[in-house]
Amino acid sequence: MENQPTTPSPTELRTEEFVVNIGPQHPATHGVLRIEATLDGETVKDILPHLGYIHRGIEKMTESMPYKQSIYLTSRMDYLSAHINNHACSLAIENALGIEVSARAKAIRIIMDELQRLTSHELWWGSCAMDIGAVTPFFLGFRDRERILEIFEANTGNRLTMNYIIPGGVMRDVLPSFVTDVKELLKKIKGYRHEYDQLITGNFIFQHRTQGVGYLSKEQAISLACSGPVARASGVSCDVRKHYPYDGYEKLDFNEVIDYGCDNWARYLVHMEEMNQSIHIIEQLLDNFPTGEYRTKIKGIIKLPEGEYYQRVETARGELGVYIVADGSNKPYRMKFRTPSFSNLGAVKPTTVGLKIADLMANMSTIDLVVPDIDR
Amino acid sequence: MKSLFNYIKEVVYAFVSLAKGLLLTLRYFVTIRKVNITEEYPNNRTTTISVKERFYGEVVLPHDENNEHKCTACTLCQIACPNNSIQIISKQIETEDGKKKRVLDKWVYHLDSCTFCYQCIDACPQDAIEMKNSFELSVYDRTKLIYQLNRPGSKLKEKPTVKEQQS
Amino acid sequence: MISMIEFTDITAWIHSLLLSVMTPTWTYIVELALSGVTALVVLLVCVIIMVYMERKVAGFMQLRWGPNRVGPYGIFQVIADVIKLLLKESFSPNRADKVMFNIAPALALCVSLMALAPISWAPGLTMWDTNIGILFITAISSMGVIGILMAGWSSNNKYSLIGAMRSGAQIVSYELSAGLSIVTAVALAGTLSTNGIIQSQADGWWILKGQIPAIIAFLIYVIASTAECNRAPFDLAEAESELTAGYHTEYAGMQFGIFYLNEYINMAIVSIIASTLFLGGWMPFHLPFDYPVVHVFNHIMDFIPTWMWFFGKMFLIIFFMMWFRWTFPRLRIDQLLKLEWKYLLPISIVNLLFAAVIIVLHWHL
Repeated sequence: MENQPTTPSPTELRTEEFVVNIGPQHPATHGVLRIEATLDGETVKDILPHLGYIHRGIEKMTESMPYKQSIYLTSRMDYLSAHINNHACSLAIENALGIEVSARAKAIRIIMDELQRLTSHELWWGSCAMDIGAVTPFFLGFRDRERILEIFEANTGNRLTMNYIIPGGVMRDVLPSFVTDVKELLKKIKGYRHEYDQLITGNFIFQHRTQGVGYLSKEQAISLACSGPVARASGVSCDVRKHYPYDGYEKLDFNEVIDYGCDNWARYLVHMEEMNQSIHIIEQLLDNFPTGEYRTKIKGIIKLPEGEYYQRVETARGELGVYIVADGSNKPYRMKFRTPSFSNLGAVKPTTVGLKIADLMANMSTIDLVVPDIDR
Repeated sequence: MKSLFNYIKEVVYAFVSLAKGLLLTLRYFVTIRKVNITEEYPNNRTTTISVKERFYGEVVLPHDENNEHKCTACTLCQIACPNNSIQIISKQIETEDGKKKRVLDKWVYHLDSCTFCYQCIDACPQDAIEMKNSFELSVYDRTKLIYQLNRPGSKLKEKPTVKEQQS
Repeated sequence: MISMIEFTDITAWIHSLLLSVMTPTWTYIVELALSGVTALVVLLVCVIIMVYMERKVAGFMQLRWGPNRVGPYGIFQVIADVIKLLLKESFSPNRADKVMFNIAPALALCVSLMALAPISWAPGLTMWDTNIGILFITAISSMGVIGILMAGWSSNNKYSLIGAMRSGAQIVSYELSAGLSIVTAVALAGTLSTNGIIQSQADGWWILKGQIPAIIAFLIYVIASTAECNRAPFDLAEAESELTAGYHTEYAGMQFGIFYLNEYINMAIVSIIASTLFLGGWMPFHLPFDYPVVHVFNHIMDFIPTWMWFFGKMFLIIFFMMWFRWTFPRLRIDQLLKLEWKYLLPISIVNLLFAAVIIVLHWHL
């Protein structure tokens, strides 16, 4: 179709592009994101995401809150990796204060982070399959996620927004049965892994829905500042745990999962393999779980010395950066979060334009957007 | 000929891959009694329901058998609370020996705005408050979610003196 | 054989009863109305069972119990749902084409009910025992798309429109391979009448007697009819993750309920047709061999009443369709059409030729 509308001749069939608003209330957006899609029949011609439907002003709120309190807000950004968000914020504050946390706290933090990554990827697996049309995997994903959430509930008291990792260590010591519990859990999860492959990975329809769909080249991924599994599936080595290791990731043996397929299938495989790597990381830490203090005592009111601090961590979706401008008081002058979903959202348009509307949902689900993380 | 062979191979592969998934769901269908993951909640509230010991349900101010609590009305929890769920109302009283003393009048807890972040309990120097793992907290009216945690007539538990501690 | 009341006895008794009180013309009219109402009631009972079954199957396959709150094992859940739908307001959007919007569900329902006429329910129990029964069903079943297209067009909603257009493309394409696999069974039976096809399976069902072509035709028919019913994995017309609810996005209350009912009636009809063509309809399971043991076996099978065979086969095929729905991901629209035009259609044409060779050489049992 021409861009300029021409007067059609009587014999010519007149066609028109039309705009469909996908969202803010739509089952595929997993939240309140509005995507204005220009369609030519079934083919997507253009995409314009509109944000701001769940903007809560977290960055502004932090300016009026003491540092300790602003940490609990970060779990509301990417609610599927709440531990990792708390971890990022705590690390930034610890770096500013020059505190070194104990070995036990580090181990607990990393185990919690990786368990969180597992929960996030399991939920992602189910919702990805559901966006592509299969409903049963959603329940399987939730079944395995539930086991991990039980561990969180038993040790941190909350299931979704924990506020467990705080400056100086962790809020409470883990239960005495923590190591055995997690070992049992990992055994269970490993036993379920083949069901994932049986139901979805090996499924002919799923493979055809994802293979060769949603191409995001390495150059595009870099220029759009993608991170996490999206960028790694396009062959970009960007794992913060490898490049800027924190809290003892440098001592652990794990692979950065990189795939060069650049399509939805590659993103799927990266997510699946990352789950295996997370299990591997946790197993290493459990084998010699350190004893000692779980928390370094710090002052009740934290005052950061004047300056600028930046800390990045790898959440389940990619690189989360916390940038703090401190003015010496107990509240930050400015706190900025570089959230992975916001950058990854940019990848929706280049992957989808020219494909069918069903592929838009597949792309959005493999890019793994969490809408509160986009808006903050 | 080769393309025809590939065509047949693809069809057979498709059937096999789909049959694998079908077998899994059939297994679930047949063995639902074993694999079922749901909890029939209102029925199991007295039997199999498992709420973890540490689950953050609500903040409580424990009282002992003499109707005494440990809160000194220092308002540290109120300061630590990120969303003003805690309101400590204190009053001045005169003790027997004529000293003025600030004691707790009302420990008001707004459950409707509490996010169960544990910071109040973390901040409490007296270990006066703690989290309870109750979870059936819903009511029909929002105003009913504002609790006064200290019981009527309760008073501060006197700290044991050094002598008492030794004995 | 034990003596039992045949359905034909009941119909004959009603016929003579009516003749004794009114003229033959009135008798005919009353009988028409009676048979229609009876078929509708039977079908509605089937639909209620099917909706309950779907939810239970879905639940069991998804590691949960399904409905279990309303009544013992949740059996009254469907009734509660129907009451809810009846009490809800039937709402039409502001700029919708009101007349078409309100007609569409009724039309879709009428079309699918029309396909009931030539179905053989039991020995001698057919509403319209015509010699072109299967042809009539094939002609009617492709008209079901009109109601969907009307609903999609008149809703003044882009999701509905896309869903309806998808449904149109889908039903028109899948009609072909469904038709060709019906032709395979018809060629094996040598008749278009539903009763005739069932009678031809008296010594064994076509899926056993017809060798490989019948099995392939059966599989293709089940796939194509799943697509014709807009069931997952071919539920593109209402693809929930893309189009929220597709062509019935704007419908509420009982108008939505009718579309819902329509889906299940369609499922019932295609599974009745599949069982008629390949699994012998109400015909008991017989083996086509001439041994004394087989005769005894065939005779034992006769003791199971015909209505049990009929509904058993119907619900077996419905179970298959539900099983597919709760296992597979959805296809994309181009993959859906590719599956039809590049796989199912060529395979069914080759299969028909193969069947023709078998029929000519009398290789079938």
